This record gives sequence, structure tokens and C-alpha cells, in this order.
Amino acid sequence: MGTWIMAGVTFREAARKKVLWMALAAGAAFLCLFANGVYFQLKDLNPHTNIMLKRQGVGALMMVGLYAVDLMAVVMTVLTSVDTLSGELASGTIQAVATKPISRWELLLGKWLGFVGMVTAYVALMVGGVTAITYFLSLHRVGGVLPHHLLRGVGLIWLECILMLSLTFRMGASFSTLTNGVVALGLHGIAFVGGWIEQFAALSNSPRALKVGITASLIMPSEAMWRRAAFEMQSPLLNALGFSPFSALSVPSNFMILYACLYMALALALALRRFSQRDL
Amino acid sequence: MRSLTLEVPRGEVFGFLGPNGAGKTTSMRMLLGLAAPSDGRARVLGRPAGEVGTRRKIGFLPEHFSFYDWLTATELLQFHGRLYGVSRADLRRRAPALLDLVGLTDHADKRLRDFSKGMLQRIGLAQALLNDPELIFLDEPTSGLDPVGRRLVRDVIKAQRERGATVFLNSHLLSEVEITCDRVAFIKHGEVLETRELRGAAAEAMRISMRARKLSEEAVTGLSSWASSVRLEGERLTFTVDGADVLPEILRFLVGRGADVYEVTPLRTSLEELFLQIVGTDGGL
Repeated sequence: MGTWIMAGVTFREAARKKVLWMALAAGAAFLCLFANGVYFQLKDLNPHTNIMLKRQGVGALMMVGLYAVDLMAVVMTVLTSVDTLSGELASGTIQAVATKPISRWELLLGKWLGFVGMVTAYVALMVGGVTAITYFLSLHRVGGVLPHHLLRGVGLIWLECILMLSLTFRMGASFSTLTNGVVALGLHGIAFVGGWIEQFAALSNSPRALKVGITASLIMPSEAMWRRAAFEMQSPLLNALGFSPFSALSVPSNFMILYACLYMALALALALRRFSQRDL
Repeated sequence: MRSLTLEVPRGEVFGFLGPNGAGKTTSMRMLLGLAAPSDGRARVLGRPAGEVGTRRKIGFLPEHFSFYDWLTATELLQFHGRLYGVSRADLRRRAPALLDLVGLTDHADKRLRDFSKGMLQRIGLAQALLNDPELIFLDEPTSGLDPVGRRLVRDVIKAQRERGATVFLNSHLLSEVEITCDRVAFIKHGEVLETRELRGAAAEAMRISMRARKLSEEAVTGLSSWASSVRLEGERLTFTVDGADVLPEILRFLVGRGADVYEVTPLRTSLEELFLQIVGTDGGL
């Protein structure tokens, strides 16, 4: 019960953060820009071009849009949650709650669930926005373009965000807001660079560079979730042709998804343990 | 903390006094389960300190109460009440009553961000009483309060004592403590130096200073029937009695033994003087 009460108030607290509204405003501006891009791309398409190619072109632009959404969602997740523990520990706000008949794990899990709710809503809204814009604008001209496996893709983007969320919770249970933010975004940076190393290594057929990339994904599997999401959402033809920036030259395996799930669960479990043991 | 040994019986209003950095708040945090002692143990309401179930019967006002500033006073009480497990129906009744108690009825729908420091302290006090606690920890409850607010805290403590609740009070305002507390402990460097009764038989004991001449040795020795710690320095006779009731009898006795008494002064030691005597003037730093 205490968990759900905490989740409710945390969701409301998270939903009031300026950074979320800025992210939503940036998201709305992005969706407008994206809609214009798709509209003019479709309008200026050579009428003699094969409809299949037109659909691939629109699909590629949609993937760029989804990639931007993925980045915004990750950054928004980290920035909204980065001070929830350290900030309340520093201000003493947490004391008023931690002395109520609610165990520490219920308190932390409730806060985590509150953020999960907020992140879920953001991801659903943004991915839904990009998908809907692409589909409805392309419906008339090329019969409507949709991600190949939309739900799998959304699930993986969501998992990437929840992984980052759990990491900021783990760090926030021990460190200051600034340290937490630097570590979380730093690790995502490693994952990001590692992902591209892996892609180029696959392109240039360099097994040693590939290992470097995979190692980076093992250190932080967040970006690998986007690459798998891209593989799932992109049309099989684009995947096979390999001319999109998200071509699956080296697709993260099911094992990597499982690894990311375990990574997330471990980060959350360690956050719960640390928070239960520390002085408040 | 060093070797803190302390016992507070149920129903007592207990004052925990000491200079800055003496360990008062740390002790409170350990009793509330916010911090774990590296050694030793503490029991609260008969259960190990910090137990989740026990917290249902405990109220706590932190030194600087703060919470999500977008909540209104009523919403704050509802949120904390639900954490205590108070039903929504009960909360609809209790929240306005508590807001009235702390003088915030007119601000029930105001957001905490628009509250002054004193108002935050008042709403913090209200949330500490939501569950009709058996034990209330108040950490500097009058901090940031005006004289009306301080009076309110005193009245609340009095009402809680009458209800049979135990109050554990950390405060620097010794005059407040003197009025409200049954007993106080003086703490320095994490160690209890002394505890004193402020109410009851022990508190009635008083030191008397007397200026008299022609005091025979027999008269001074005979004082021990009513008084203790009898000392004579020149014309100045000092002794301790259990209460003022015996003073006329002592005077009759001394005059009967031929003494001339010029002056009788009860030596009242304020809590502040006592604090300085026990803790020292260095403030423990």
C-alpha cells in the first residue's frame, strides 16, 4: 500500500518538474519539425518513383525521428530522476516520509514506480507522435508507413529508459545529484560510442573493434537496446539494404536484451539495498 | 555518540538538552530508525528502534520541516495520513481539525511554497499528530516560530501530556523546556551528563541561603533533621530542603537556639544557569 501511495505522489512530483515540461515542449517542437519534414518529403517525391522506394524513404525518416525520440527520452529520464533521492536526502524531505510506517524498500520502490509511470507516458506519447505523424501523412500518398514491429521497438526504448532510471536510482542512493548525473550520462556516452564502434567494426569486418563495441555494451547496455529497437522497427528491406544509419550490421542479440533486464534489476536491487542500509 | 544511556517512561514530557553538536538530533534519528547506531541498542515503545510497525504509533517533527512545495496544506496531511494508514473518511475529519489546532485553517488550500518558515513548522506539527501518536519526537519545534507559535507548541505539548502521550523534545529554548518538560537530560559530546526532574518531588528540593548571627554549633548540627548539605561560612548558612513547607519550622528552631536571622533567600537556579553549570560555558565545541 505504502508503495502505491509513494508512487502516486512521486508521479505527480515528477510530472511537475520543469525539465519534463521542457522535454515535452522540445518534443512538441520536434514533432512539428518532423511532421513538416515528412510532409515535404512526401510532397516532393518524384511521382514516377516506385512506391516501394517511396515507402522506404519515408520509413528511413521515421527511424531518424524515433532515434531523436529515444535520445530525448533517455536524457529526460536521467534529468528528471537524477535528484529525486540525493535532493530529498540533502533537503531532509525524505525524513518526514521515512519515519512513517513504511519500509525503506517500499518508499524507494514507490518512487521508482512513480518515475516508471512518467517515463512510460513520455515514451508512449513521443513514439506514438512520430508513428502517428508518419502514418497519417503517408496514408494518402504511399498507403501509410508504420514501424515493422512497433511494440517490440517501443518496449526496447522503454527498457533503455527504465535501465537508465534504475541506474540513477542506484547512484542517487549513494552520491550527490551532480555525481549521479555525470556517471549516468557518462555511462550512456560509453554505450553510445560503443554502439557506433560495433556498427563500423561490422562494416569494416574488424573482429577486435567489434569486441570493443560489445564490451562497451556490456558496461552499459542502454544504446544496444536502441539498436535492437531500430532493427525491430525498421523495415526488413532497409535492414537488408544497409543504407540507413540504423542498419543492423551488428544486431544486439536476445542475450543482450536479457542482460539489459538483469542489469536493470540488479541496479534497482542494489539501490534498494543501499537505501535500506544508509543513514537518512 | 559515545555511551548514551537513557530511559524515558511513558507519559513523560522529556527534554533533551545540549550544546550544538552534542548529538541530540543524531540520538533522535537513531531512535526513529533514520540512522543506525554502530554499537548498542535502543527500544522504543518496547520494540527495537526503527521498527516499521512501531512507527504507526510515533509522530515526528523534523527540525526544518519541508515537503513537496506544490502540495496544499490539506493535501500534505492527506498524504501523510494515508502513509499512517488513516482511512480517507477519518482524514476528512482529522485534517481540518488539525489545521484548526495549528492555526492554519485559513491556509488549508494554500500551497506549501507560499508558506513562511513558521507556517511550515506548524503544518509539520500537524502531520506529526495525524495518528494520535503514543510517542512524539519534536526536534526544535519552536524554531522559526513567533511568540504565538511558541505558545501553540506549548499548548500542544500540554494537550499531548494530558492525553497520556510521551513527548521527546529537543530544544535550545530553555525557557520553553522549563515550562513544558517533566524531566530533562543534559547531553554533551554524545554522552548524558545529568538528568534532572523539573516536576514532582525532586523538583521541589530547594537550596536556601540564610544570613544569621549567633549560630551555635548545636543549632547548625540540629538542622540536619530537615535539611541536607548544610554549610556555614561566616554569617552565611546554606542548606537544601525538600520543600518550602519546612522553612517556618527551621526558623523557629534556629531562633529558639538563640540565633538572629536577618535574611532567608531561596536560591532558584534557572534551567539556563543549570545548563551552563552542567554543560559548561564552552558550549561543548
